[in-house]
Amino acid sequence: MADGPWRGFYCAFAVSMYSMFMWKVGRGRKKKGRGMTGKGELLHPGKDLSVLLTSLFLCSPADCAIKAMVKHEQEESPNRPDNTAFTQQRLPAWQPILSAGIVIPGFVLIGLAFIGVGVGLFITSRDVQVLELDYTGAVATDPCYKCSDPSIKDCGCTMEFHLDTLFKGPVVIYYGLNNYFQNQRKYGISKDDNQLYGDLDTFKSPATACSPYDYDGKRNPIVPCGALANSMFNDTFRLYRMVNGSKKEVPLNGKGIAWWTDQNVKYRNPNETPLINAFNGTVKPINWPKAAYELDTTDVYNNGFINQDFLVWMRRAALPDFRKLYRRITKDEYQAGLPAGNYSLEISYNYHVLSFKGKKKLVLSNVSWMGGKNDFLGIAYLVVGSLCVIMSIVMLIVYAKFKFPEED
Amino acid sequence: MERFQWVRHRCRQLLAIDSERGWYSPPDGLPSKSSPQKVSARRRTVLARHGPHQEEYEAVSKKYKGNSICTTKYSLLTFIPMNLFQQFHRAANLYFLFLALLNWVPVVEAFEKEITMIPLLVVLTVIGIKDALEDYRRYLFDKKVNNNLVRVFCGKQKSYIDRCWKDVRVGDFVRLSCNEIIPADLLLLYSSDPRGVCYIETANLDGETNLKLRQVVSGSLQGADFTPESFHSRIECENPNNDLSRFKGYIEHSGEVRAGLHSSNLLLRSCTIRNTETVVGIVVYAGHETKAMMNNSGPRYKRSQLEKHLNTDVLWCVALLIVMCLTAAVGHGLWLNTFKDVGFQVDGETSPALAGFYVFWTMIIVLQVLIPISLYVSIEIVKLGQIYFIHNDLDLYNQQLDSRIQCRALNITEDLGQIQFLFSDKTGTLTENKMVFCRCSIYGVEYPHVENARRLQVYEAEQNEAAGRTVTLKSACSGKSLSCRSLSCNRSSVSLHTLTAESSEEEDQLSGHAAVRTGAFCSRMAKDVVPDPELVRKLSCLSSSALHLKGSSSASLSSLELTYITDFFLALAICNNVVVSSPSQPRHMVAEARAPLKSLEEMKLMFQRLSFYSFSPPQIKGSPRSFTSKLFTRGKTSSFTFNTPPNNSTDGSDPALECSQDTCKLKTKVDLPDRGDREDSAAMSSREDLENLMEIKADGDGVKQNLEGMGGDGESEEDIDDELLYEAESPDEAALVHAARAYHCTLRGRSAESLLVDLPGIGSLVVQLLHILPFDSNRKRMSVVVRHPVTGQVVVYTKGADSVIMDLAETQKEQAQEIYSHIREQTQKHLHTYAREGLRTLCIAKKVLEEEEYEVWLKRQLLAESSIENQEELLLDSAQRLETDLTLLGCTGIVDRLQEDVPETIEALQEAGVKVWILTGDKQETAINIANACKLLRSSDRLLSANCGSREACGALLEELLSEVQHEEEREESSLNSTSSFILVIDGRTLEWALQEELKGSFLELSCKCKAVICCRSTPLQKSKVVQLIRDKIGVMTLAVGDGANDVSMIQVADVGIGISGQEGMQAVMSSDFAISRFKHLKKLLLVHGHWCYHRLANMILYFIYKNVMYVNLLFWYQFFCGYSGSVMINSWVLILFNLVFTSVPPLIYGILDQDTPADTLMKLPELYGASRTTKVYIPFMFWINMLDAFYQSLVCFFLPYFALAGSDAGTLSFGSPINTSALFIILLHQVIESNTLTWIHMLVLVLSAALYFGFVQLYSAFCVVCSHPTNLFGVETLQITQPLFYIICTLTTVAALLPRILFRALFNSLHSSAPLRSAQRDEAAAERYRQRMKVWNLKHSGASSLQVHADNPGLEPIEDEVVS
Repeated sequence: MADGPWRGFYCAFAVSMYSMFMWKVGRGRKKKGRGMTGKGELLHPGKDLSVLLTSLFLCSPADCAIKAMVKHEQEESPNRPDNTAFTQQRLPAWQPILSAGIVIPGFVLIGLAFIGVGVGLFITSRDVQVLELDYTGAVATDPCYKCSDPSIKDCGCTMEFHLDTLFKGPVVIYYGLNNYFQNQRKYGISKDDNQLYGDLDTFKSPATACSPYDYDGKRNPIVPCGALANSMFNDTFRLYRMVNGSKKEVPLNGKGIAWWTDQNVKYRNPNETPLINAFNGTVKPINWPKAAYELDTTDVYNNGFINQDFLVWMRRAALPDFRKLYRRITKDEYQAGLPAGNYSLEISYNYHVLSFKGKKKLVLSNVSWMGGKNDFLGIAYLVVGSLCVIMSIVMLIVYAKFKFPEED
Repeated sequence: MERFQWVRHRCRQLLAIDSERGWYSPPDGLPSKSSPQKVSARRRTVLARHGPHQEEYEAVSKKYKGNSICTTKYSLLTFIPMNLFQQFHRAANLYFLFLALLNWVPVVEAFEKEITMIPLLVVLTVIGIKDALEDYRRYLFDKKVNNNLVRVFCGKQKSYIDRCWKDVRVGDFVRLSCNEIIPADLLLLYSSDPRGVCYIETANLDGETNLKLRQVVSGSLQGADFTPESFHSRIECENPNNDLSRFKGYIEHSGEVRAGLHSSNLLLRSCTIRNTETVVGIVVYAGHETKAMMNNSGPRYKRSQLEKHLNTDVLWCVALLIVMCLTAAVGHGLWLNTFKDVGFQVDGETSPALAGFYVFWTMIIVLQVLIPISLYVSIEIVKLGQIYFIHNDLDLYNQQLDSRIQCRALNITEDLGQIQFLFSDKTGTLTENKMVFCRCSIYGVEYPHVENARRLQVYEAEQNEAAGRTVTLKSACSGKSLSCRSLSCNRSSVSLHTLTAESSEEEDQLSGHAAVRTGAFCSRMAKDVVPDPELVRKLSCLSSSALHLKGSSSASLSSLELTYITDFFLALAICNNVVVSSPSQPRHMVAEARAPLKSLEEMKLMFQRLSFYSFSPPQIKGSPRSFTSKLFTRGKTSSFTFNTPPNNSTDGSDPALECSQDTCKLKTKVDLPDRGDREDSAAMSSREDLENLMEIKADGDGVKQNLEGMGGDGESEEDIDDELLYEAESPDEAALVHAARAYHCTLRGRSAESLLVDLPGIGSLVVQLLHILPFDSNRKRMSVVVRHPVTGQVVVYTKGADSVIMDLAETQKEQAQEIYSHIREQTQKHLHTYAREGLRTLCIAKKVLEEEEYEVWLKRQLLAESSIENQEELLLDSAQRLETDLTLLGCTGIVDRLQEDVPETIEALQEAGVKVWILTGDKQETAINIANACKLLRSSDRLLSANCGSREACGALLEELLSEVQHEEEREESSLNSTSSFILVIDGRTLEWALQEELKGSFLELSCKCKAVICCRSTPLQKSKVVQLIRDKIGVMTLAVGDGANDVSMIQVADVGIGISGQEGMQAVMSSDFAISRFKHLKKLLLVHGHWCYHRLANMILYFIYKNVMYVNLLFWYQFFCGYSGSVMINSWVLILFNLVFTSVPPLIYGILDQDTPADTLMKLPELYGASRTTKVYIPFMFWINMLDAFYQSLVCFFLPYFALAGSDAGTLSFGSPINTSALFIILLHQVIESNTLTWIHMLVLVLSAALYFGFVQLYSAFCVVCSHPTNLFGVETLQITQPLFYIICTLTTVAALLPRILFRALFNSLHSSAPLRSAQRDEAAAERYRQRMKVWNLKHSGASSLQVHADNPGLEPIEDEVVS
């Protein structure tokens, strides 16, 4: 069972446990080492305990045998049990009898601390600005209604919005999907990690997990294979600021939206230049308008499997209502945030969600130290904190009633 | 005369049979169930292996088993399959095998294939190793037994050669010497004893150390020249069965002459040959077919009660699992229905119903942790840990024997905490199994033997010293005899365990001096009886007035009393079946071997007397122990000199020398008839000689005898007497003979028709033995009819239970009416005193027969003996005719000393609500005596005795007793003072009826109403049946404790079997679950360790289940958000290892180290044991409370992070990370709350567990790039720990989840604790509080102390009121 880098740690733990045990036992024994008395018993439960524990940890019978032999040689004490606190079960112990003395002050302290944190969180969360733009087009009045029909290709629509105040920076843009089950098991399985790691062998024969998105109808391997890649979100957005009636594009930064580890370690393009060579004999995923090596025509290094949007998509959302990082607004005059004013969002509408009653939205948000806007945590902290305080009061009453009646 | 011989012979035979029957007396109708072969073929034919009928031998013996035994479960080859097979009997293991296989089905595969194998593999490996070690131990023991050497006749070499036991076959001739252990069931063909008898000790078989007589097959080749070659007979006998006392068959000699075989011809395996130089037997049953082995019902896999309960709860978990999986399956089906052909839909072809079906199985794999896999392993380990501590307990260590408790069963520790019935053997378990003469009453005068009592006390200390010495001696030698350390007592009976020849030799060398080879019951303690000074004085008067014995009476005390005293001691010395032997030459019957030694002995004796009388300092030799005993004697002597008449001291040594020479002469003469075959005439002539000598002696100065009688020469004489060994059928007899010897009334030898006895002041006498009327349980007495050596009258000496003897003792003479009734009254009084002290009482009586009277009786007796029909009845009748109008001489009190602290232990156990039963093979009186002594039976208790002879009577009796009890109960209920309780005493015969199907019910009902039950004269099988009955019918936990092989089956049947290692060999220990060395250890074992083990294990199991439910629910809740697809948000390795590694050690520590109540409190308050049993920790209520809590915690643990992260861009694993981390904290801290004690070990383990988890996930997420698809943790955890949100969520979740538990615990702990515990705390606190209150009251009037007093302590109020007022 031992493979992978964690083994070292695991073994270290086992060894430390064992040596600790031995130290403890040995210390007791050394005190009176007299002649060997070696009993006729073969299984000496006490002695074997350590051996068995060790065997559980180390999972190696051979080790055990050696340890047992060593142990028997060390075993030089007389038959009399050691009179140590450990063997006689008299170790000094803290008895966590939760009594009024501990619980009431403890609860008060915890409660107050929680309330403090809760207030902090609440204030932080309140300062976070969020703007959500639903562009699903489910309703006829929506600007994107026309695009919601799956039969229409290359549809575009525009949404206007107005900011009353400065939207403080750094501003990040998310796209959000509702009722989208990225966490479904089969969907999640349906990718080939080795392929995405740049293993060329798997280009020709994708993992069976990708099925039915492993080969197209002509038995050409699909790269990247699997449902997850195939269903990649492919709406694109452009944000314009209306300055004096004219549109001024807000530069969106597509760099650094994916995890550093994903981009640099976990996902790799095959070691071929140009990248397109690696994809010889493969086909693009069915839903994709273009192949993986031309995902970003502007930046060579943002192509293939390390395309940032791809990476963001491939990291599956935990819940069916989620948002994913799309761009950040970090450049130029927008570093401090989006100034108040009118904005226009141009959407290239490719991704259809209405079939499963899903929703699409674009979310503008700024980030605090605790992430996005989240009132819940602050409230929860406040509630739990107050509960603690209330409970301590209740307990005080209970104790006063039952514990000190004669003190009155 | 010939006829006379025959009668005696017959009498002996009967005696032997009867003594057997005493212990094994199954009613004739008893069906012996466990002999399956009996049905198939009724007989077996045994032929000599190397005899003339080779072919026939081959044909017949083919199917007979060899003598090798095998008690192991597995062999090297079969271990893996068999062990796996055994292990897969556990539902849990099967379940996980199923899961592991299920994960290989692609459509339902949830994790990587190998992951689901890990738990199963770990479990199987750990348990497999444990089983292997256990079996290996068994294997080694078998090997040792199988490789014992025995001399077997070899056809080729025409001689006896050494062979291993395992190579012995049916039909082999086996030659055994004294003290060897019988390797198989043999038919006795030859004995070196001229009478064709041999003695065996059955200690290894039934635990009774008496000697039993075995007889050579009649009409056979008996004679000096038995050779296997000349054996052409054919033996037909019944098939192997487990009835120890039954053996039927016949032997067909060459001339078509048939001779019957019975059990007295059979030497049973594992018994020991005693007192016989050589015996030869032919093997009829071997190996597993021997009666000894067939009586051992094989080892039973004991499953602890808790584990059974656990299984029902596991079933609940299974139900829960199925509900969850069904939910997911249905949910998935519905979910799929709503989503057709969308981006995240992988395969649209599968119909929703089928997909739902697949999801069901997937979910079973995903949620497998719900069934506590690691629980089973954990329980095993926890039990090992618990056993480690039990094993290391100093209180369970016996310093004298240098032995700890041995825990042999590793899986039933917690059953120790649930015991409701305790079945105890008596001899050797409650008592030391060392009978010691304690005191006596003669002629209505009590001799308290104060010195003797003191000696018994001192003996203890002495024994310690001796034990210490033995230990050092032993440890100095090589390891061969180490296993016999517990047998440091000086007995030659080498137990099965130690029966390698070397070890016994070594033992001899070790112990060095003569004491080693003493026979049964000749412990030092029993031998060295310190005489009562008063009695010695009287006896010395006897010797001084020996002159006037017949003539003028009453010098200082009445001659009547003197006669009584002499008769009393004579009776003690001769009224028994004791066999005398000397340690170096146990074969006392072999005259040739004995002769030179005897004279040597006499030389020595002479020398010593001489040296003593010339006041040379006594040589101090031998061990310190004998030195101590000498010191004793000296101390005693000095105190006696005071009593010596003053004129004695003036005498010189000359007459003494003369006298002692006389004595020697006398002895040499007397010795003659003792050798070889005797003719009556010889005995008569020697008696004449003797009388002559006596006259000579009487002429000499009586003063020397006086001196001699006063124990002054006890010192020198003792050294000689040590050479005498008494081997008795019952320890009491030996004790009495030793007691008589202390008064110089020494039994020196025995032959078939005479006894050689030393009498104080008279010297050696030959007592002509006319009859022995053996002990039987109906008469409850035994008698010897002898011709009195001095008066020449025919005298009957009777020894028996007080109840019968007192009835039979009638006054004969009118004029002595007064004195007789006085003696009776006094003796009765003394008997009561003795009984109250728990002594075993015996009355001694005599009767002088007129010659005519004797003749009349003799005729009838002979008639009875020779009759074939109803012989038994006639004999009984005859005996009863003789034993009438007895003259009561006195009574004796023998103590079979209880082990230390036995009454306290029994009392504590009873307080703890454990019903204590005594199951013993002993007779009823003894059993009741002991019950009395160990406070099982109190004076207020009412004794119900059930003795009856038929089933109908038994049924009626049971009904009657039952109604009596019920009536009594009703009466007590109405009268409200129910002080007395009932003790049922039932004997083996009645028990046999009571255990039959029809009467079982009423027996159960009756025995349940009784506080205790004493079963006496019960066979091993009965013992186990009783235990089984209680165990199965009442369904309670039973514990059986015993020390002998006769307890083995009982020990094995009981839920917990405890063997006491000590006197009786190792059989009981080998079959027990725990082996202790003293009965008192039971107290701590049960009250403390049992209590702890139960609590620990129960709590641990609850915790484990809680842990699993809580963790698994997290995954379940997630299903609601992932389309019920069986998706997980936690890495699969983490998921599997979470239970197996990250949270597995703290519960172990919790299960091993937790102490809900301190040890001394538990010892002080046995009620707590009962309380914890009745208000069980592990009950459905607690189970469901834990389940609820687990549900709550999992809800909190899932939904707080859910709400915190809902709508955010958190990925699956980023979402799972805080959930998993908080779950870890919740689970670990939950344990902190639940723990009653936390030591540094707990802390360390908790911290390490958390560290291990973090370490693992960090390393895993840092290095494992493509592994563990689809839950690749890469980069997740490393990122998480940098984010404050992670910590915020974890803190919130952990605190919120644990709040209710803390609240509950806090309230529970302070408002509710068990009543006895509170009372204890109250008691402790009361004094303290009183003092403090007084102080406060004195200081201030307003008592504003901050004392915390329990609210609901009504018991305290009065005290405080007093203080205040």
